[in-house]
Amino acid sequence: MLQGWVVVLTSFAYLGLLFAIAYFADQRADQGRSVIASPYIYSLSLAVYATAWTFYGSVGRAASDGVGFLPIYIGPTLMIALWWVVMRKILRISKANRITSLADFIASRYGKSAQVGGVVTIIAVVGILPYISLQLKAVSNSFTILMQYPEIVMPAKVAALPVLQDTALWVALILAVFTILFGTRHLDAAEHHEGMVAAIAFESVVKLLAFIAVGIYVTFGIYNGFGDVFSRVRDDPSLAPMLTPLEGVAGSYAKWIWLTILSMLAIMFLPRQFQVAVIENKNERHLAKAIWLFPLYMLAINVFVLPIAFGGRLHFPGGNVDADTFVLTLPMAQHQELIALAVFIGGLSAATGMVIVETIALSTMVCNDLVMPVLLRLSGLRLAERPDLTGLLLGIRRGAIMLILLLGYLYFRLAGEAYALVSIGLISFAAVAQFAPAVFGGIFWKNATRNGALAGLCAGFAVWFYTLLLPALARSGWVPLGLLEHGPFGIELLKPQALFGLAGLDEITHAMIWSMAANVGAYVAVSLAGTPSAEEHRQASLFVDVFRREGGGARFWRGTASVPDLQNVLTRFLGAAKADEALREYARARGRRWPEEGIEADADFVHFVEVQLAGAIGSASARIMVAQAVKEEVLTLDEVRQILDEASQVIVYSHRLEQKSRELEAATTELRAANERLKEVDRLKDDFMSTITHELRTPLTSIRAFSEILLADPQLETAQRTKFVTIITKETERLTRLINQVLDLAKIESGRADWRVTQVDVKEIVADTLAGMGPVFEDRKIKVVTRFPDRPSPVKADLDRLTQVLLNLLSNAVKFCAPERGRIEVSVSEAAGALRVDIRDNGPGIAPEDQAMIFEKFRQAGDTMTAKPAGTGLGLHISRQIVEHLGGRLWVESRRGEGACFSFTLPVAATEAEARVA
Amino acid sequence: MGTDETRAQRLVALCMLGLLLFNYPMLALFNKATLVLGIPLIYAYIFAAWALLVAAMAWVAGRDGK
Repeated sequence: MLQGWVVVLTSFAYLGLLFAIAYFADQRADQGRSVIASPYIYSLSLAVYATAWTFYGSVGRAASDGVGFLPIYIGPTLMIALWWVVMRKILRISKANRITSLADFIASRYGKSAQVGGVVTIIAVVGILPYISLQLKAVSNSFTILMQYPEIVMPAKVAALPVLQDTALWVALILAVFTILFGTRHLDAAEHHEGMVAAIAFESVVKLLAFIAVGIYVTFGIYNGFGDVFSRVRDDPSLAPMLTPLEGVAGSYAKWIWLTILSMLAIMFLPRQFQVAVIENKNERHLAKAIWLFPLYMLAINVFVLPIAFGGRLHFPGGNVDADTFVLTLPMAQHQELIALAVFIGGLSAATGMVIVETIALSTMVCNDLVMPVLLRLSGLRLAERPDLTGLLLGIRRGAIMLILLLGYLYFRLAGEAYALVSIGLISFAAVAQFAPAVFGGIFWKNATRNGALAGLCAGFAVWFYTLLLPALARSGWVPLGLLEHGPFGIELLKPQALFGLAGLDEITHAMIWSMAANVGAYVAVSLAGTPSAEEHRQASLFVDVFRREGGGARFWRGTASVPDLQNVLTRFLGAAKADEALREYARARGRRWPEEGIEADADFVHFVEVQLAGAIGSASARIMVAQAVKEEVLTLDEVRQILDEASQVIVYSHRLEQKSRELEAATTELRAANERLKEVDRLKDDFMSTITHELRTPLTSIRAFSEILLADPQLETAQRTKFVTIITKETERLTRLINQVLDLAKIESGRADWRVTQVDVKEIVADTLAGMGPVFEDRKIKVVTRFPDRPSPVKADLDRLTQVLLNLLSNAVKFCAPERGRIEVSVSEAAGALRVDIRDNGPGIAPEDQAMIFEKFRQAGDTMTAKPAGTGLGLHISRQIVEHLGGRLWVESRRGEGACFSFTLPVAATEAEARVA
Repeated sequence: MGTDETRAQRLVALCMLGLLLFNYPMLALFNKATLVLGIPLIYAYIFAAWALLVAAMAWVAGRDGK
């Protein structure tokens, strides 16, 4: 089933399927139901990193040096961990500025410079050509090998074939047509290619499944699992060194480390990776999943590389089968036609995925950053006056795709055969690594200038060209080989592969060291030597501080513009429908209706138009177009600085304001609480005053009344007179007592009372107080029962105050005792470090609802309005205050009709022995 | 912002760990001609460390960073 027509038909069916998927995804996108807005699709699209290089080349590399293929995948794993810092920033910047490609990003950062964009584009195109040629080589080789089935014959030297019979040319042409149909059907203002991303994600699944399928077949079908393959390798003396690959075969650790660094940079700066990771990103939150899904993908696609590589070496011991083809030739040798076909399709999907995205990304760059800026400047073309340029834009891109693929083919013819797949790819990696200083510096270092970036890029590219590309061409015989062996003009020091005598390294490490030194050196030195222009300064600030300022581009524009002029520009590049839609959107965001109501041609609008244009033709071209359409005042560097300073001052002020308002809020809350407390105290004071005046007036009224009677009637009977005078005296006493108690209370409450706290014996005080009150008890015929412990512990208390409490509680008990058969029990007990005194009467008791209330000021049980109060109403309150001050507790237990028991506790004073221990 | 910041720092730490694990001298320690469960030590080490690193990244990136 491996006849030519079957393979060709299957390939075209596969490409057709891709087209259908892309078409479906585009349809869905137009309906607003995007299929690619998912972190899983995003992660799979990142896997466009795995190309035919991975699919065929990893095995080839592993077969020769064991671990050499791994840094290419470990590097991105490490880099992607930094994406939350780096890529999120790049995403944010790119969304705000409608960046269309890597070249656009770098150009925009360095003052929207057309030169920078152009240089980046040239480096990218030249640098990527080897990589594209690698894909062509892989597809055409695998096809040619498949055609020889059941023989296993390595493809003949390509140079030996006439061009028109060369499969690689046909592959290049078919892929070019396919990509043109696929990626440039219409012009998207934001450079989103939803269909392409969906197809790429699908391809990622296909190539992973195909590779794992062949891996499982080789490992478990041809051999008996991993252990079998490796133990055979160990037993084969020619292969045994592969088990410790890092010393013997792979050479140095330096190579490993540089490959890791190189691939860390490649995952960010390969144009196709930038395209899928940044330009096609739908939501920066998708990063969170991609950060582990993408490394997981790479891990999975690498698991079977070693068994296939070693299996191939074991199976084809003669070395006449190219290790790059083991993936395909192993199943072919076993006559597994279906697996071989699946491998071919997997390799095809890996290659087409790469070619599609890479050429689309490169064609965007070529169009926006190389061709358009030149065309727009050529006044002879009168391009700026043409009504609709969308057709021209698409034409340029289509031409660029075709050109890039043909150049890739040319490179394949010139240099492709001399190298293994991985070595070809690494040349491209080293080329795109030259973007790293300009990009990383650009987003973190404000002082980097346009000239610095240009100098760094050119220097790095020149060294790359001299140390990597030139030798590649020389190997294939297109440049005299003497250049490599003896250096230019016989100057040994300038030998491309041992520059300045740095020999003994592999060529990639060697090239990376010198190109990075030249690139970073020139970038930093030139940046520091010059000063940035106003435009550069402003872009630097917008890029570096993207998380601090959002959408601040409009602040920097001053001039006059007219809406029709700008609308005209938009229409020419976006087409009438898209331009109209953009303007309506803009007006809607400002609460207006377009075109019924006008739009102001202010700085915001000019900025908006420029950003829209940038989405279609790149920032450098957009800048030129807008500058032509409006009258712009050129801002000086100082003015830009001033605007930036104002902005940062505003930020600082607003931070301070926020802080102040938070502090104020806290202070207000505190004040409000304090105010509440004050109001409460004020209310209590009012209550107190009104109660006390009432309490004072009652005795005063009776004193006054009786005094008036005595005064008015001097002939009053002696008995009567005595009775009245007695009442007056009693009331006066009550008044005095009341005033004393109020004073006392005031003192206690304000904390100004004198406390003479000493160690006292409660039993003694109780006995003394009872003795003092003896006559009262006798008078009322009250029986007093006492219960004391033998030697109660002493307590710390003020003797007089404690006596006051006892007197108070006892006189209350006397007052409420049942008449005639009154009985008071006084007991002292000790428990849990406290001395407890209970005073129980057999009076009417206190209702539960009154029990809390009687301890309040001027509150007595029962109805005070009808019954004459039997006391001042302060006694219990003062007693409680005293006991609590002494560290104890005073409470009452009672039930209606069963008497009341007032109890208080006082903490036992530490005895001297205990005090010493403590 | 605070949670993004925490997550960023954790991921940067994992990157540093990876740079340590896949570098000299860690690799040299495992570059020995022994088979672990039938797999050469150096390959077993690289793939195991890689898998663990990816798992740790999944764990860190999946948490909301609080």
